[in-house]
Amino acid sequence: MADLTTTFAGIKSPNPFWLASAPPTDKAYNVIRAYQAGWGGVVWKTLGEAGPPVVNVNGPRYGALHGADRRVIGFNNIELITDRPLELNLQEIKQVKRDWKDRALVVSLMVPCEEEAWKAILKQVEETEADGVELNFGCPHGMSERGMGSAVGQVPDYVEMVTRWCKQHSRMPVIVKLTPNISDIRAPARAAKRGGADAVSLINTINSIIGVDLDAMTIAPSTDGKGTHGGYCGPAVKPIAMNMVAEIARDAETRGIPISGIGGVTTWRDAAEFMTLGAGNVQVCTAAMVYGFRIVEEMITGLSEWMDGKGHTSTADFIGGAIPNVTDWQYLNLDYAVKARIDQDKCISCGRCHIACEDTSHQAITAMVDGKRRFEVIDEECVGCNLCASVCPVEDCITMEPITGLDPRTGREVGRSYSNWTTHPNNPNRKAAE
Amino acid sequence: MALAGQVGGNCPKGANGSPIEFDLHAPLTGHQARVEAERCYYCYDAPCTTACPTSIDIPLFIRQISTGNELGAAKTILDSNIMGAMCARVCPTEQLCEQACVRNTAEDKPVTIGLLQRHATDALFDDGRQLYGVGAPTGKTVAIVGAGPAGLACGHALARLGHAVTIFEGRAKSGGLNEYGIAAYKAAGGIAAREVDYILGVGGIEVKHDTRLGRDISLDLLRSQFDAVFLGMGLGGVNAVGIPGEGLAGVEDAVGFIAALRQGVPAPVGRRVVVIGGGMTAIDVAVQARLTGAEDVTIVYRGAESAMKASPYEREVARSRDVRIKTGLRPKAIVGEGGRVMAVEFAYADGRDETCVIPADQVFKAVGQSFLAGDGASALALDGGRIAVDAGRATSLPGVFAGGDCAAGGQDLTVAAVEDGKIAALSIDSYLRA
Ligand SMILES: Cc1cc2nc3c(=O)[nH]c(=O)nc-3n(C[C@H](O)[C@H](O)[C@H](O)COP(=O)(O)OP(=O)(O)OC[C@H]3O[C@@H](n4cnc5c(N)ncnc54)[C@H](O)[C@@H]3O)c2cc1C
Ligand SMILES: Cc1cc2nc3c(=O)[nH]c(=O)nc-3n(C[C@H](O)[C@H](O)[C@H](O)COP(=O)(O)O)c2cc1C
Ligand code: SF4
Ligand code: SF4
Ligand code: SF4
Repeated sequence: MADLTTTFAGIKSPNPFWLASAPPTDKAYNVIRAYQAGWGGVVWKTLGEAGPPVVNVNGPRYGALHGADRRVIGFNNIELITDRPLELNLQEIKQVKRDWKDRALVVSLMVPCEEEAWKAILKQVEETEADGVELNFGCPHGMSERGMGSAVGQVPDYVEMVTRWCKQHSRMPVIVKLTPNISDIRAPARAAKRGGADAVSLINTINSIIGVDLDAMTIAPSTDGKGTHGGYCGPAVKPIAMNMVAEIARDAETRGIPISGIGGVTTWRDAAEFMTLGAGNVQVCTAAMVYGFRIVEEMITGLSEWMDGKGHTSTADFIGGAIPNVTDWQYLNLDYAVKARIDQDKCISCGRCHIACEDTSHQAITAMVDGKRRFEVIDEECVGCNLCASVCPVEDCITMEPITGLDPRTGREVGRSYSNWTTHPNNPNRKAAE
Repeated sequence: MALAGQVGGNCPKGANGSPIEFDLHAPLTGHQARVEAERCYYCYDAPCTTACPTSIDIPLFIRQISTGNELGAAKTILDSNIMGAMCARVCPTEQLCEQACVRNTAEDKPVTIGLLQRHATDALFDDGRQLYGVGAPTGKTVAIVGAGPAGLACGHALARLGHAVTIFEGRAKSGGLNEYGIAAYKAAGGIAAREVDYILGVGGIEVKHDTRLGRDISLDLLRSQFDAVFLGMGLGGVNAVGIPGEGLAGVEDAVGFIAALRQGVPAPVGRRVVVIGGGMTAIDVAVQARLTGAEDVTIVYRGAESAMKASPYEREVARSRDVRIKTGLRPKAIVGEGGRVMAVEFAYADGRDETCVIPADQVFKAVGQSFLAGDGASALALDGGRIAVDAGRATSLPGVFAGGDCAAGGQDLTVAAVEDGKIAALSIDSYLRA
């Protein structure tokens, strides 16, 4: 079986599956159950400064976006950082780390933007012998109104400043958790790197309104008739998170910094995807909240099966493997063309490909052939856009096949050469072909 | 020979709680409906709609259910099929819409369209709102003979178009075979009568019960007093098997027995029952005889099982109620003693020189019904024993239209009768406005 152990920012864990800082890691009870289930590490629910802890609303704090069969595809929360006393958390962290030495235990922190506040809490965390800290610059609701969380994460200078304090006042590895509520994720990532961060983790949740109650005219979740925006996560945010991970992995300034990939990880496949885009491990919150801790069994067995099949002996073999193939649009090969191909043996004749293409794309799929219901691609019209394959309910029924020679749609020669937008005649800023 | 159980004893009332009033297709819960609705692919030019004789926009109504819009779904159904509630229960969906569902191709498990249709129409009836009203009065009058599915559907459509409708019905209640013929377990909860009330709730339709064409009124009279006439008289006659012994006591026609059960009229049931026939009527009478106390019930069909008009599903319903089905046996004679039936003698259809004798103290004939042109319709051209009609359901006499079981070329299904009524109404409307 493939070796799943990972060392992330100097922190060892038996597998790359960590629980993200959130309710699943709120206290010893949960964390012990998670370790028992097989999780490689946890990031403890964010701690705040000493003194009376924050309070949560007593009304509903979560909301969900459901797909077919009430499958949770998106999840939203208005929860704050831990509402348990700091001392209690620290005691538990210390005990748990003592009992579970082989697992990673990172402590998430969020205190006001003052050097003394960070210095004080870092010292306390260090005493627990936790493996590292994660700076929560991401919480987009509640805490941000108090000048913390994403209020810090959205200002690269603050990110850099706080990171630097933390590196100065602690020996522990510092992971900076980034907020996606920003237009260019590279700016805070670069700032974290400049501040000396050992790693970044992303994404935290995305500002969101999960739904509107059309009878009460309030948004969900509603607290006594009023609602506030929450943070969005779960499978729906995975594509956003993966793009941000890849941007950081590809960026000249941040390339090579360890990245903990977070956002919608639900299966081993999600984890593998994040890792091929440069994540050294992954963190999971929503999937655990929806299905419980035992999902990690599927993740562990799935990933090792896949690694065995591919001949990967360690996670390092594939981390970042897809990065060389992530590029900018302008470098995509415009001489490459595909056509949709329908496997008539698999086709169940639902007609979705036809109507999608007919109404919204290129009128390239028939509905009738010789008076019979039949769906065939018209190569002369097909631009290879992939819409039909995306909407077809049968897996692998429609595939996009590369063509070589004359494209019957454009009459152009395709499939044999490479040319991109930078040299294209229609590009006003084109460079002369080399 | 003792004939226990022949008289007295078992006289089911057909009321709620009696053994025949179970619900063959129990309603879906809201959750089940939602899950099932989400299985629908929302096909383009949906095959299920094409397969529905009334062309209900099935993907639309299922989508409406999935968004919690049950009343909208009901309207979609009733706009095409005003008897959507009964059809949801009595249609052989496994041969119609569900047979065409593309989910069959993919996984041999169609979307349960019938149950979803029931879910939506139940919601409407529970809500009680009337979706339809009479159209602007045209001043034209139409006489309809028969308040069965064909007559009611025709009358409803005509009323909506603004014509004044009078229905002449020979029986004491409206509904036709929905009220007198359909097995009780397909029409539990008084749904047939509720549906009739809903249909008549459109307004503009007067029903004169206990008024028979050919006895109380004549076609000539109707033609002279109304601007158009629609005949939806169904099949008044019961086919004879054509073998010796049909006159013995204990030999009954299935339709009469079923009607008695539906109306709560005492209907004695035998101990050993033989049903001759292979269609839905044979199944219904056999199952109900079994449920009301017959110990041993055998359906005997002359051809191969695959040739039976009763669908595999219907046959399964019978078998699951411990009804035996024997095929390949041609009835030869009904044998009696003292004027009462004792047994039925069959010849093997494969020609072997033997007979098969099945003891019976009650025999039901279920070999089809026939049109009785003598019921005042003798002036009309016939085709195969039923009223000849064109595509618009016009008969050979100007201004006289016909549909449902009494018209030639039909399918002998409730849903087909509804469609006939609908088509005829449009033809009558054009005729009246010409
Ligand atoms: C036992 C049985 C079970 C069946 N089960 C099913 C089933 O499960 N699913 C299905 O789809 N179909 C089933 N059918 C068939 C279905 O019931 C018919 O196809 C359908 O009812 C035809 O409708 P209709 O309006 O043409 O005729 P009918 O329903 O027969 O209605 C005709 C009406 O006209 C009246 N009438 C007749 N003659 C006169 C007259 N001279 N003057 C005035 N009024 C008159 C009758 O009283 C009756 O009310 C079944 C039929 C039978 C007999
Ligand atoms: C209820 C809830 C509470 C959360 N609390 C915190 C928190 O205290 N600190 C933090 O850094 N992130 C918090 N998060 C964000 C998660 O750690 C994670 O970044 C995010 O949910 C994306 O991952 P997912 O799609 O696997 O859920 C919280 C998320 C949820 C759903
Ligand atoms: S999940 Fe548990 S705590 Fe939350 S509302 Fe349900 S029962 Fe209460
Ligand atoms: S979407 Fe797929 S299954 Fe449906 S008609 Fe097109 S090719 Fe066939
Ligand atoms: S054929 Fe089946 S899947 Fe397609 S629209 Fe009809 S019910 Fe839905």
